[in-house]
Amino acid sequence: MASTTDSAHPKLQSSVKLPVLEREKLILSGRSYHWITERICGVVENRQPFLWWLLFLPSALIAMIGVGGGLTYLVSTGVGVWGMSNRVFWGFDITNFVFWIGIGHAGTLISAVLFLTRQNWRTSINRAAEAMTIFAVICAGIFPAFHVGRVWFAWFLAPIPNANAIWQNFKSPLLWDVFAVSTYFTISLIFWYLGMVPDLATIRDRCKPGLRKWAYGIFALGWRGGNRQWSHYEMAYLLLAALSTPLVLSVHSVVSFDFATSVVPGWHTTIFPPYFVAGAIFGGFAMVLTIMIPARFIYGLQDLITMKHIDNMAKIILLTGTIVGYAYLMELFVAFYSGAIYEMDAFKYRIAGPYWWAYAAMMSCNVLSPQVFWFKACRENLWVIMIVAMCVNVGMWFERFVIIVTTLARMFLPGDWKTYSPSAVELMTFVGTIGLFLALFMMFLRFLPCINIAEVKWTKLESDPHFDDIEEHPDPGVVKIPAYQHELVETKS
Amino acid sequence: MSTTRKRVYGYLAEFSSASTLYKAAEQIRDAGFQKWDCYSPYPIHGLDGAMGLKRSILPWFVFCGGCAGLATAFALAYVTQVEIYPTIVQAKPANIFTVPAFFPIMFELTILFSGFATLFGLLGLIQLPRLNHPLFASKQFHRATDDGFFIAIEARDPKFSPQGTRDLLENIGGKQIELVEEED
Repeated sequence: MASTTDSAHPKLQSSVKLPVLEREKLILSGRSYHWITERICGVVENRQPFLWWLLFLPSALIAMIGVGGGLTYLVSTGVGVWGMSNRVFWGFDITNFVFWIGIGHAGTLISAVLFLTRQNWRTSINRAAEAMTIFAVICAGIFPAFHVGRVWFAWFLAPIPNANAIWQNFKSPLLWDVFAVSTYFTISLIFWYLGMVPDLATIRDRCKPGLRKWAYGIFALGWRGGNRQWSHYEMAYLLLAALSTPLVLSVHSVVSFDFATSVVPGWHTTIFPPYFVAGAIFGGFAMVLTIMIPARFIYGLQDLITMKHIDNMAKIILLTGTIVGYAYLMELFVAFYSGAIYEMDAFKYRIAGPYWWAYAAMMSCNVLSPQVFWFKACRENLWVIMIVAMCVNVGMWFERFVIIVTTLARMFLPGDWKTYSPSAVELMTFVGTIGLFLALFMMFLRFLPCINIAEVKWTKLESDPHFDDIEEHPDPGVVKIPAYQHELVETKS
Repeated sequence: MSTTRKRVYGYLAEFSSASTLYKAAEQIRDAGFQKWDCYSPYPIHGLDGAMGLKRSILPWFVFCGGCAGLATAFALAYVTQVEIYPTIVQAKPANIFTVPAFFPIMFELTILFSGFATLFGLLGLIQLPRLNHPLFASKQFHRATDDGFFIAIEARDPKFSPQGTRDLLENIGGKQIELVEEED
């Protein structure tokens, strides 16, 4: 835009100074490079605060009992303990699968989409959000893997013929799902790890010689931070961001195909892929806030994860929450407009049937609660943000419950009609995955740099190679990157 | 008396900021050096130009990886579903017209193979992992991952001379100039 007007009206441009808006700083208190290194590496190097143990030990215990114990019991007894003897065989397990996989999407959105759109505020939160993605996908993977029944036959999912020389059905959305989720996990892991290599090198260089230095050294791959490395590295990062962006959209679209390609009333809709993707980003951002606000407080990272970051995330929650609300209403409208009695009945049953409370929880948590973020005061109050984030976490879980359970409980044959309630083992495994997720996240805080050190340093103004000689690069009248340029001049004077 | 032979790696000089590093890089580039590098705690944008580096060739690796992924997925799905084990499921045909149902997997494998090509292509281009590097012998080099900006000029560069290179680094603002040696 700027360049086209530049060439068209050079004279006009030189006489017009564009007004520049103030932009909030991404790093407060003018912290130095060394301070940033010290503070982020300090999280890994210092003794963990008491609060860390207080969160880690119960989470780890819950994970061991819930996931470890629950799955051992399931494998040794049979999938019947997950209540799969009735027609709502997708009940809790697939609800949890979709819930967890959705959580992961915000991490990829922050790391990839915000990178491509040059949203520099992502740098303070992307590492933790990507870690969240990895752990959420691990939690998600547990459910379908064990849901298939005899888990030792899970290799049937891989594209190799089984003992009867039968190949997988490549036309099935369930197989697409296997490919989508495993690709998503692999690419997220590569992205997360590659992004961490320079920071692992930072920790390596701070360690005293010994086992720790050796271990961080191995994972830092011998990184030296030379520009001949950075040059390729930045290209790799850009490419991975460009690969992850369509990937993240595809993953939840494919998950939604599991439902949308069936002919079941309430599932067979074209709105599902965008609706699922928006919901995933929505729920994921809520989870990022849920874990980042306490972490920021515990480790004193307020100068790096500022209220500006939180404000931006609250706005994204408001936006995606509103998209989700639109999708809910559009689903109802299409059901009405289709004139199909089965479709209409499915939605009547959702709203006013025995699961009305789940539908009400979904609507109020996902559509109504984020609306408070229209007000600046609410986006600045951490308690309000935490409450809304918790509501959204709950609401997004109920959304999947509503979609899956209310539909399966009223299939075409009245003989199949059941009122679903989860079995104890199902509940236990779900609670266990929450513990697993938190325990893994606490381990991440303990052993790995939780903020992208190199990128945060890069957002400082003096990181610009023209910081010292801003006067030698005079403003030709058009302010090319208005807010940024303005900041540079202001800091200098 | 030590009997260890040492080989000179080159000079390492510290610079005070990204700006001075940038200007120094332009001068070393213009002096015609080839085997040298700038070290910084974060990527400095524009330094590629100041060092005279070309655009990374990594995208070509990734393009090839993506094509390989696409071809693999198509072959896997087509050969198994149409040739080896034709199955008619949900009235979807077992011939070439069933290809749209393969698109999701073709897409996913394209991304997967591209991702691996990015990872391994990058490691090949930056010649990592490696267990050690002569520069790690320097006492100040650890600051390159914290808050230090360095330039290292290698002794194997044809333009390198023990005194001339040192003077050059001094003239363009290099501090703490150090001769880095590696054990042979």
